[in-house]
Amino acid sequence: MSILGTRVVRTEDPRLLTTGATYLEDLRLPELQGAAYATFVRSPMAHARITEIDVSAALAEPGVVAVLTARDLDDIPDRPAGAGAEPLLAGDVVRFAGEPVALVLTEEAYQGEDVAELVSVDYEELPVVVGVDQGLRDETLLFPGTDSNVVSTGGAEAFDDAAFADCEVVVERTIVNQRVAAAPLEVRATAAIWADDRMTLWVSTQNVHGVRDAVVDRLGLGKGAVRVIAPDVGGGFGAKIGADRETITVGWAARRTGRPVRWVETRNENMVGMSHGRAQVHTVTIGGSRDGRVSAYRLDIVQDCGAYIRLGTMLPNLTMLMASGVYDLPRVETAYRTVLTNTTPIAAYRGAGRPEATAAIERAMDLFAAEIGMDAAEVRRRNLVPPDKFPFTTKTGATYDTGEYAKALDTVLDAAGYEELRAEQRRRRERGDPRQLGIGVSTYVEITGGGPEAGETARLSVHTDGTVTVWTGSSPHGQGHATAWAMLVQDELGIPMDRITVRHGDTDVLTEGVGTFGSRSLQLGGTAVHNAAVEVKERARELAAEEMEADPADLVLDTENGTWTVRGVPGQGVAWAQLAERAGPDGLSADTKFATKQATFPFGAHVAVVEVDIETGVPRLVRHVTVDDAGPVVNPILAEGQRHGGIAQGAAQALYEEMAYDEYGNPVTATLMDYTFVTAAELPSFELVAMETPTSVNPLGVKGIGEAGTIGSTPAVQSAVVDALAHLGIRHIDMPATPERVWTAINEARTAQ
Amino acid sequence: MNVTITVNGEKTSHEVEDRTLLVHHLRDAVGLTATNIGCDTSTCGSCTVLLNGESVKSCTVLAAQVDGDEIQTLEGLTGEDGEMDAVQNAFQQKHALQCGFCTPGMVMAATSLLRENPDPTEDEIRMALKGNLCRCTGYHNIVQAILTAAEDAR
Repeated sequence: MSILGTRVVRTEDPRLLTTGATYLEDLRLPELQGAAYATFVRSPMAHARITEIDVSAALAEPGVVAVLTARDLDDIPDRPAGAGAEPLLAGDVVRFAGEPVALVLTEEAYQGEDVAELVSVDYEELPVVVGVDQGLRDETLLFPGTDSNVVSTGGAEAFDDAAFADCEVVVERTIVNQRVAAAPLEVRATAAIWADDRMTLWVSTQNVHGVRDAVVDRLGLGKGAVRVIAPDVGGGFGAKIGADRETITVGWAARRTGRPVRWVETRNENMVGMSHGRAQVHTVTIGGSRDGRVSAYRLDIVQDCGAYIRLGTMLPNLTMLMASGVYDLPRVETAYRTVLTNTTPIAAYRGAGRPEATAAIERAMDLFAAEIGMDAAEVRRRNLVPPDKFPFTTKTGATYDTGEYAKALDTVLDAAGYEELRAEQRRRRERGDPRQLGIGVSTYVEITGGGPEAGETARLSVHTDGTVTVWTGSSPHGQGHATAWAMLVQDELGIPMDRITVRHGDTDVLTEGVGTFGSRSLQLGGTAVHNAAVEVKERARELAAEEMEADPADLVLDTENGTWTVRGVPGQGVAWAQLAERAGPDGLSADTKFATKQATFPFGAHVAVVEVDIETGVPRLVRHVTVDDAGPVVNPILAEGQRHGGIAQGAAQALYEEMAYDEYGNPVTATLMDYTFVTAAELPSFELVAMETPTSVNPLGVKGIGEAGTIGSTPAVQSAVVDALAHLGIRHIDMPATPERVWTAINEARTAQ
Repeated sequence: MNVTITVNGEKTSHEVEDRTLLVHHLRDAVGLTATNIGCDTSTCGSCTVLLNGESVKSCTVLAAQVDGDEIQTLEGLTGEDGEMDAVQNAFQQKHALQCGFCTPGMVMAATSLLRENPDPTEDEIRMALKGNLCRCTGYHNIVQAILTAAEDAR
């Protein structure tokens, strides 16, 4: 029986549960002995001109190794200083609160904060741009010399109202997909050494190869001059893709000073320095007929870029691509503008552009349903892409591989007991229950593979003791690759998992690789491992044929016990160890890279049940039921874990989380005391329903599951809050649906009645 | 000042700066790195350890404050041969960890809960974990693991 699809507990866990993992701050390597501790001096101002930096008092402190500013960055290549270009250390101008201005190196960790306080920076305040509305007005430009804060546009140059001309009903609304923090539990961290004209960086990252390439590029080093190693990584969620300016600066400082340098930020720094996510404002227009058929949809996106371009010009392209969701819509128009503001730059956060698309279309569907007085689930059903239309190319140019959208919707409604929930909702409304029930339905499709054409690499070696080492270009940070990849190899080679070691995260060992993001690991990295196993198996067949003096075609691998025998010939057969021996010095191994032009499109449907206390405005998620179909599941434990985490993060965006700024550009949620990170006490246990529709894009038939939960849950939970109050005439409440917002909406609705 | 602390049953003695936080002391002087630092504001619970049997957040305790006291960390739950106890084992069986960063604190918080309340309901577990944040699991499997550990102990 195949091990694939079975509930194998993680082989990673005993180490993590007994001694703890080895995160960056835990590294006690000889190379890092005597490392100086790095502390960044950060701007307290959102937008200001730096008139003077006086480091003399700082330099006089005991334990100071160096105090470095932009002026010291004279040994790296010049970069074009265009709009949105991010420096390593701020030069003349700071553009967001928390921007690094100087780097302090000290002998002891605790000295760093003391010394950083003594670096005296004179700032001359500049007018501050907060929020996209202010940014679009262009009254204050972040980059003088340019003519606008808008750094990128795309999609339709002008919208055509004729698209809605024949609609019986048209609804338009501006909705906010708020700025949130990725907030992995492990903050950002880097250690660096410069020795023998080579830089070695240890980085808490999702992609060592991407970090290497960014460092090489920014510091003007040869590609072979940088090695990047990822130790255990305590979560990333998209915000640990690539090399942040601090990481590059720490590497540079190690070269500059000749000292090993290590840096771990504080949570406060993390909340303002690590890229934020989402931060889009949508104007949705949806039109159709009173029988529930939607014929036109428009999505106008304004992306808050933050102060510099990280991914702010890329993310809205994904939002536009996925704009029409699971629906077969005759007319779709999309456009975006990305605008600079004096806030932390925006980059990927779990879903990265796709959750925004789903949130917009699902909200639009609800608004349309409310306008025509039809059940929200029924409106969705009437517009879904039918199964016989796949592969389905949308009006925005995405080609969906496979999907069973109606089945997913019906399955989740059935599992949730939708009709009974509606009956309970009616009863509560009739008796004027202070705790009203809301039912939110979302259906979604997303795009996974995260640059499938870049592919992923693997190396598999069978050793002479019969054990296997797998190197993967993928870069796990909690997903469980070591378990899943070993399962793939056991399934193919019949070598038991406990003899298989999976390694990752060293650019010197596997010089090519891409990493873990965009729900790409299994479909690309897993396939590369699978293909490597297949290659090794074919080589082994030849070796076994030589060993047994038989025709390779007659060799059979018994995957139950991992031995090769000749078909129809009884006997012991040949074991893997013998074949590895026979393979000689080059060993029995394979290097593979799997790439594909085609992305995959997982889909699903969520039902959220929320109770809203209409006297206090407090919403509470009481049930969350999901169907998330990402094709065949290699290990249900891991897939469910991804779904659980995704659901929680998505629900948290709907109800709790927001990175907020005041009018001066001060972040007001810059610690975990202020940022409403969701806890166990606010969440229910989740109800998951399995569904598996394979894709033909890769030999495993798999799609990505890492972000699906987040994409489906956010609109379902938001919708449920609104639905609880629908009888009061409420049609929309922006996220996060805080008690204050909900209470205000209730109060206004009652006043209006 | 000199601080003597019994950590996981072993007496340790070190000269520390007055302002040294217990978590840094455990990690840097005692050399036990399972206990992590996640927030600096006593919110996330990654640094949870047991102080004389009670759970505390070691990022808001000074090493000097616990002179003469007993501390237990994740490493102290682990048997001589690396064997896991009931809570650790339940965390693996129920896939209650992904990146593992919150895990040491989460396991210590769970241990503390089960000592005080060996038979908690799901709601009681959820309330007890309010001071321990996890970004990966959505808490679902952590709650299941603690229920399982409680059941196994009966």
